[in-house]
Amino acid sequence: MGEYTSQELISIFAMQGFAGISLFSVLLLMALGLAIIFGQMGVINMAHGEFMAVGAYTTYILSVACEEYVPGFLPYYFVFAIIASFIVAGFLGYLAEYALIRHLYKRPLDTLLATWGLSLIMQQAFRSIFGAREVSPILPDWIIGAYHATETIDIPINGLFVLGLTVVITLGVYLLMFKSNWGLRVRAITQNRIMSGAVGINTKMVDRLTFALGCGIAGVAGAAFTTIASTGPTTGSAYIVDTFMVVVFGGAASLFGTIASAFTIAQAQSILEFFISGSIAKVITLLTIVVILMMRPEGLFSIKVRK
Amino acid sequence: MNFVYDRLLGGKNGAIGVAILAALIFIVLPLSLDLFRLNLVGKYLTYAFAAVSLVLLWGYGGILSLGQGVFFGLGGYCMAMFLKLESSDPISTKIQSTPGIPDFMDWNQITQLPLFWQPFNSFGFTLLAVVLVPSIFALIIGFSMFKRRVGGVYFAIITQAIALILTVLIVGQQGYTGGINGITDLRTLHGWDIREDSAKYILYFINAILLFTVVFIGRYILTSKFGRLLLAMRDKEDRVRFSGYDVANFKIFIFCVSAVISSIGGAMFTLQVGFMSPSFVGIVPSIEMVIFAAVGGRMSLIGAIYGTLLVNFGKTTFSESFPELWLFLMGGLFIGVVMFFPNGLAGIWEKHGKKMVACISRLQCYNVAKTLIENWRATRLNTAEK
Repeated sequence: MGEYTSQELISIFAMQGFAGISLFSVLLLMALGLAIIFGQMGVINMAHGEFMAVGAYTTYILSVACEEYVPGFLPYYFVFAIIASFIVAGFLGYLAEYALIRHLYKRPLDTLLATWGLSLIMQQAFRSIFGAREVSPILPDWIIGAYHATETIDIPINGLFVLGLTVVITLGVYLLMFKSNWGLRVRAITQNRIMSGAVGINTKMVDRLTFALGCGIAGVAGAAFTTIASTGPTTGSAYIVDTFMVVVFGGAASLFGTIASAFTIAQAQSILEFFISGSIAKVITLLTIVVILMMRPEGLFSIKVRK
Repeated sequence: MNFVYDRLLGGKNGAIGVAILAALIFIVLPLSLDLFRLNLVGKYLTYAFAAVSLVLLWGYGGILSLGQGVFFGLGGYCMAMFLKLESSDPISTKIQSTPGIPDFMDWNQITQLPLFWQPFNSFGFTLLAVVLVPSIFALIIGFSMFKRRVGGVYFAIITQAIALILTVLIVGQQGYTGGINGITDLRTLHGWDIREDSAKYILYFINAILLFTVVFIGRYILTSKFGRLLLAMRDKEDRVRFSGYDVANFKIFIFCVSAVISSIGGAMFTLQVGFMSPSFVGIVPSIEMVIFAAVGGRMSLIGAIYGTLLVNFGKTTFSESFPELWLFLMGGLFIGVVMFFPNGLAGIWEKHGKKMVACISRLQCYNVAKTLIENWRATRLNTAEK
């Protein structure tokens, strides 16, 4: 780092930091859903990345439809696209839980394989419907561009928007999990499934809705993702391992841990990327996490759970 | 003799199973397929090593590793490094700016053979490395995870991350590993041209013999006391621990064994196919190896081989004629096997196939048919009388 002045270093950290924030937002949105599902049901959803892609493609379809039929609405459609992504991905998640996952709760390793199969099918479905080429929706003007904070620092507005969206969703998840009756039931099931059933909580229904919620949030992640990069059939699977690492590293079922670990991983990767090649940055980040996990298997923050 | 018959062949049923598979691999396939197809089967059989290792590790041990491709790749790369060094002697690489080093190093402006490549000049060391490198690697991973009682899905995710790390590393370090293209253009082993037709036949049979040896070793392990403990650990780990066994050590051992088995498969892959690349190391091949074992039957060593052959034949056939359909089919296979046939082909055979064979062999079918016909006649007579 010797050849950079301290002024330049600050700028580099700031710029790469903001680049990292976009990655952080997507990782966090993906991981939130996964963490809830994994924490509560112990189910590993390998198709989670594809649910994100569902959200991204929903946004794309809406943008195309909007341009075709109501071009005047184009600046505002994005808000509705986010909601639509949530609904579509959540509905598909609901179906997947009903058709597939609920039969496999007793065999967590097998859910991993079955959802991998589901992800293959979804990937090929994307390829058949949208083609192998990557697509991007038409973004409203207000999302594009950058805000010049100082002479050497540019802050992309899409990054800020995605960050804002992430904050809203995270806050929403927090309120839902910790302030609502439904969240109370979810947490009760996480801590002790059998007792929760005994006191009259419909655990099966809560499971299904939780799964749908997790997939819905992944859909929102997909909508947010379209502002950063273009979407292809394998977009989701590119993020899935990183997302798993976020969840495991943060400690399953811990909201705060998930946020902290998504931030650490995204920032580490993004800042390292500037100084060394991207692949080595990724290797170092992942390797560090694996080593930390070997020393502390329960993750950064964990809550006590009765198995 | 009893030891061989009972323990290695697994009694009468086991011996028949082994004999049928041996007949298929050693006689039927070599006689009926042309060399190109046979080489393809040879390639599939190298994947079968990984599938067999997963039967031991996952089916009996209950440890799902999504990183078997790592060990397959380690073995493959060890062998590829040796072959590459042999084919890049100073004479045939004299047009390079630094003769005597592999071509991809020269393209990446590396002027000296890296230190970790140098021992691979020796074939003996390479053979040792094929066994030792993956077992040391598995020992480190296993020791740090099983001693801390990391298991189940956590283990699966971490091994998957390791597979990703290794792939990214190999692709990124182009000068040392050949990058995304892998190590290609492998020609001779001690002057013996591995691309010749006769060499391909010989390698196919060596591969098949090694595979059967591995199956016998697997049988030996599973029928020993250790095999029983393995099953007990899978079903009630705590109870085994309370009985005074060190569960972690058993898990580390079986993980290392499965790593070595996969690695041997990788080394044979390199020899038969003539190259090694990161596309056989990463997440996707690793999880495909799991599906081979799952389709064949996660509790059956022989079944895993059938599963590997079947899925790969399917893949080759379908991706040639209907590439679109293949992923749908593969995904459906995953879901279907997991949901409806958790014990795979071997499970179906145990449940239905055996009965049918027994029925035919004891002529029960004849009796059943006879009773059916008599009943039918009786009813017809009854109706006629009315």
